[in-house]
Amino acid sequence: MKTYEIIHREQIAERVKVFTVYAPLITKHCRPGQFLIVMVHENGERIPLTIADFDRERGIVEIVFQEVGKSTVRLGAMEEGECLHAIVGPLGHASGITGWNRVVAVGGGIGVAPVFPIARGCKQNGARVTSIIGARTRELLIYEEKMRAISDEMIICTDDGSYGRQAMVTEPLLKLLKTEEEIDLCVAIGPAIMMKSVAETTRPFGVKTMVSLNSIMIDGTGMCGGCRVSVGGKTYFACVDGPEFDGHEVDFDLLMARQGMYRDQEKDAADESSHPCRIGLHPRKPA
Amino acid sequence: MTKKRSTRVPMRAQDPGARSKNFLEVNLGYTEEEALEEASRCLMCRGPQCVKGCPVGIDIPGFIERIKEGRFNDAARLIKKRNSLPAVCGRVCSQEEQCETLCVVGKKGNPVGIGNLERFAADHEAGHPDGIDIDMAPENGHRIAVIGSGPAGLTVASDLAMKGYRVTVFEALHKAGGVLAYGIPEFRLPKAIVQRELDYMTSLGIEIRCNILVGASVTIPELFADGYRAVFIGTGAGLPRFLDIPGENLNGVYSANEYLTRSNLMRAYDLGAADTPIAHGKRVAVFGGGNVAMDAARTALRLGGEEVHLFYRRSREEMPARKEEVHHADEEGILWQFLTAPLEFIGDEKGRLKALRSRRMELGEPDESGRRRPVPIEGGEHVTEIDTAIVAIGNDSNPILTRSMPEIDTNRWGNIVVEEATGRTNSRGIFAGGDIVTGAATVILAAGAGRTAANAIHEYVQWITWGEDAQS
Repeated sequence: MKTYEIIHREQIAERVKVFTVYAPLITKHCRPGQFLIVMVHENGERIPLTIADFDRERGIVEIVFQEVGKSTVRLGAMEEGECLHAIVGPLGHASGITGWNRVVAVGGGIGVAPVFPIARGCKQNGARVTSIIGARTRELLIYEEKMRAISDEMIICTDDGSYGRQAMVTEPLLKLLKTEEEIDLCVAIGPAIMMKSVAETTRPFGVKTMVSLNSIMIDGTGMCGGCRVSVGGKTYFACVDGPEFDGHEVDFDLLMARQGMYRDQEKDAADESSHPCRIGLHPRKPA
Repeated sequence: MTKKRSTRVPMRAQDPGARSKNFLEVNLGYTEEEALEEASRCLMCRGPQCVKGCPVGIDIPGFIERIKEGRFNDAARLIKKRNSLPAVCGRVCSQEEQCETLCVVGKKGNPVGIGNLERFAADHEAGHPDGIDIDMAPENGHRIAVIGSGPAGLTVASDLAMKGYRVTVFEALHKAGGVLAYGIPEFRLPKAIVQRELDYMTSLGIEIRCNILVGASVTIPELFADGYRAVFIGTGAGLPRFLDIPGENLNGVYSANEYLTRSNLMRAYDLGAADTPIAHGKRVAVFGGGNVAMDAARTALRLGGEEVHLFYRRSREEMPARKEEVHHADEEGILWQFLTAPLEFIGDEKGRLKALRSRRMELGEPDESGRRRPVPIEGGEHVTEIDTAIVAIGNDSNPILTRSMPEIDTNRWGNIVVEEATGRTNSRGIFAGGDIVTGAATVILAAGAGRTAANAIHEYVQWITWGEDAQS
């Protein structure tokens, strides 16, 4: 196998792909919760992606991404056997997966993938794990089987009710919080607005809530400072201080504003690459 | 030969009006005639003062003499004996504060243009390769790991390669060169020049491995276990500092590191060629008075800035930037806001930067550094409309490597503590140099630290292998 070679490529939902990549330098030390950066070509963007799964023996990592802009569309167009231009990592702090008895893992949309290794880690370390995974609609739900395999209990939500319950992930979460007293950790990864709602749901119950912040960054090693987030009124760099933070202290509105920094430029780039966005992010210009 | 002139042969440069809209190199370099004329100004002192001012100890009169004799490539090779990055240092080194301040010719008139001549020799050799190899010691089979491919790391690597070591350089980014690649802009240091120096490194047998973050992808103990005899840490300056004023996380506020990295390393300046976006600010404020601030301001102009203000707490005289950079920035139309301290960034409802509130200062009594401390003027507050801000006030040290090796001594700023004469850390076989030790400084000081460490590493390896050789 060549370094950075795409060993396996699969579309697992609309515009969502999973790649298995040979990257032994990542798998040597990586732990749940960490991320890596990939580049498709020499002048491409550095794309930060959470490590969704890894196999140390075989030296392979699994990455899951949604094709939302020029760079991820280009990544998605790569074939098995091709090599990525660059991969670097593992980056960021690992999740604390030990010492928990009762964990609720919440994953929304593509965020189910990064929540998986953390939930699995908690489970392997003796926690009872309830997983709540959600998506807008059934076709967008990912990692169902993987999550089911490591969860004691599994709850599926879709916005349109096409699968599982028709509910936001916070609904079953609230019910759990009301009925179970011993929940000591909630880990939530998904769109910023979902993580914000989860944090607001757990706050009155005082349940520790960890979220993983995917801010815009370049190097991923602390050098650029583009990924700064405000947590408890202090500025941190998501890459070296995170990516996980206490959800009750995160300024999610700032995160969302900063995630939108290049939205106009991204939209232009996506239009140029004539990518027909079907999730409503980039309405096509009339021809 | 023409009569000796008392003033330096001027460096030709692109017209300021034209160059402030392009990314081509500002300085154009000497022609052979110009180099010969400038070289003729050197007095060839017996006890040359200039050499004492050079952190890597280049034989300055020696290489200038070779230029005088028209042996331009020999001049370059002589420089390379002491400095593996001549084309880089000839461009970005602050000679006016080092070798050139000590030049005897400079006591009456301008000192000899040592930097200009260094650049000329290096460029000449690159443009007229003659196939003559540099003197190298035979391979000794010992492997050395160098962490970071900036000026410090590359100097260690080339010095040790020439002494016969097998050197591997580990770089976390996808391109080698460190600050030469991500920090210094194309118009001051073309990337083709950096590539040329990197190719030279490869020609010495040095292996450069990108995308490896030592401390995360691989650890230092693993490097030793892998057979490396010694490790040099040259990871550079780390986390950018911010101003610590309200509104600093608004969209449109950048660290200089991010702004320059987007433009240089990710090539965002090259519209159409690169995928990484950058703000094309129309009204830009840059904060800081060093070379990085000048680079950021001049990049902003070239990216379409209509008004680029540079805010500095003190006055022009106190700015630590090289005189040449300030002069070039001046010519290009940077608007100076001296003695002005930023108070707050003001944003719109979407979290986008729209203005800066700042306060005028005046110079008071000198502080510990001997510089007069700025004090606020009552009622001196004003608001400037801006859409982009770039903070260039320095860096704190990067924690990744030291976090993975807590046994390495660091000071309270997180910089690695070394013995100055050797670059030795408190951990066996581990050496360090450059900005990770000193905090943000210059290319040539990093190279100087690299030279020191390379000599110490050579001595160290000879020492530890002494017994082994006797046994075998």
